[in-house]
Amino acid sequence: MEHTPPPLFRTGPTPLARLMIFAMLSIVLLIADARFNYLTVLRQITAVVIYPLQQLAAAPAAMGRRVSDFFVSHGALRRDNQQLTEQNLELALAAQQARSLEQENANLRGLLEARARVSAPTRVAEILYAARDPFSRKIMIDQGLQHGIEPGQPVGDHIGIIGQVTRVYQWLSEVTLITDKGHLVPVLNLRTGLRAVLAGTGDDGRLELRFIPLTADYQTGDQLVTSGIDGVYPPGLPVAEVTNVERNTAYLFANITCRPLAGVNSHAQVLVLGPLPALSERPQELPADTPKKKKKKS
Amino acid sequence: MAAQLTSRQELLLPVKPGFIAITLIAALLANLLPWSGWMLWLVPDFVALIVLYWCIEEPRKIGFFTAWGLGLLMDIADGSLFGQHALAYSILAYAGIALHRRVQRFSMAPQILHVIPLLLLTNLVVLLVRALAGADFPGYAYFLGSFTGAALWPMLSFLLKLPQRPRPDPDRV
Repeated sequence: MEHTPPPLFRTGPTPLARLMIFAMLSIVLLIADARFNYLTVLRQITAVVIYPLQQLAAAPAAMGRRVSDFFVSHGALRRDNQQLTEQNLELALAAQQARSLEQENANLRGLLEARARVSAPTRVAEILYAARDPFSRKIMIDQGLQHGIEPGQPVGDHIGIIGQVTRVYQWLSEVTLITDKGHLVPVLNLRTGLRAVLAGTGDDGRLELRFIPLTADYQTGDQLVTSGIDGVYPPGLPVAEVTNVERNTAYLFANITCRPLAGVNSHAQVLVLGPLPALSERPQELPADTPKKKKKKS
Repeated sequence: MAAQLTSRQELLLPVKPGFIAITLIAALLANLLPWSGWMLWLVPDFVALIVLYWCIEEPRKIGFFTAWGLGLLMDIADGSLFGQHALAYSILAYAGIALHRRVQRFSMAPQILHVIPLLLLTNLVVLLVRALAGADFPGYAYFLGSFTGAALWPMLSFLLKLPQRPRPDPDRV
């Protein structure tokens, strides 16, 4: 129902003209973002506007978790407690061994004058929500610039790697999961020591190893850990397990699919690992066929 | 024949701009809820739905600027390309405004038939933009949200018209 008199003279541009203006504006933004990455500041500002809403939307889930935490049964608590005690014992044993190994390793490395491996500081973050974008696999976590998060920091859980921070806002940041299409992780086969590049497919729970020769030694059940040659992921963290190896002589490469080990979709909390010390610059004279570097999707 | 197609016209109170703003914020909030798994595919884009509703019902009170701004906010929230939702919502707003006289005259079922293609168009614009940026086709489940959105249309239309319904005057006999 119209209650204002029809404006005879001040109608402004027609809807079609307005559509053109706003469409052009959007397309300019799209090109500036996709091709040139000019819009970081604009993103930061807009992100502040939407931050209270994001917090508000995440509140019911957080509250629900707290409530269900409160109403756990006695039996469940006892079972958990027993389980944790057992686990603690096992881990304590492992820690003892690790300490002696670390000592031994430090000595050996000292002998070799090798760069000491840094144990990066970690920070616990809570997952706010998964982005509704069906074209990518991303999650938002509740730690941002204010907490010292930087783009490129690896993110994992207690099992292994789940992704890396790709965009940082004031109070939250965006994590691209390893299952995101175009996301690559350099990995090492624990059994054989072969290095490879693990690529996300865009499907949850499916990763693939690319450009592996047909004759390479890969078996179902092989564990893949990060190799650390990219300078993004620290070496030795579990990433995936080989689920299927298909060797078809019609193709140049074997078709190897893997399953991410860490619960990429199932956790409320994740660990943000500290930034790694920057690798030394690659010398310029090297030919192009050096090992494939980690490509970051922007 | 035509009389059967048209809905019974109601006399409604003017809508308050504050109410429009609240519904839009609520839609944004619904989009940001931590949906997961198959729900992500099924859940409609609430912002698109509400923008379309107001463009059809009150094209003089909400327009391109609101739709475009909300699109930018959605782009930030999703971490997607900056401007893809803005473009899609602008086109949706145009379609809503261009068709509003026609859609308003219809009863609920034909209105839903109008809403489905408009929401699909929004999806298609986003798909096109992402395809140009190099993404794969995410599967036909991607379009499911439009249909659930259209299925919510009658409820939405009923709820959003509630504050506009005149209350019966208790003094009248």
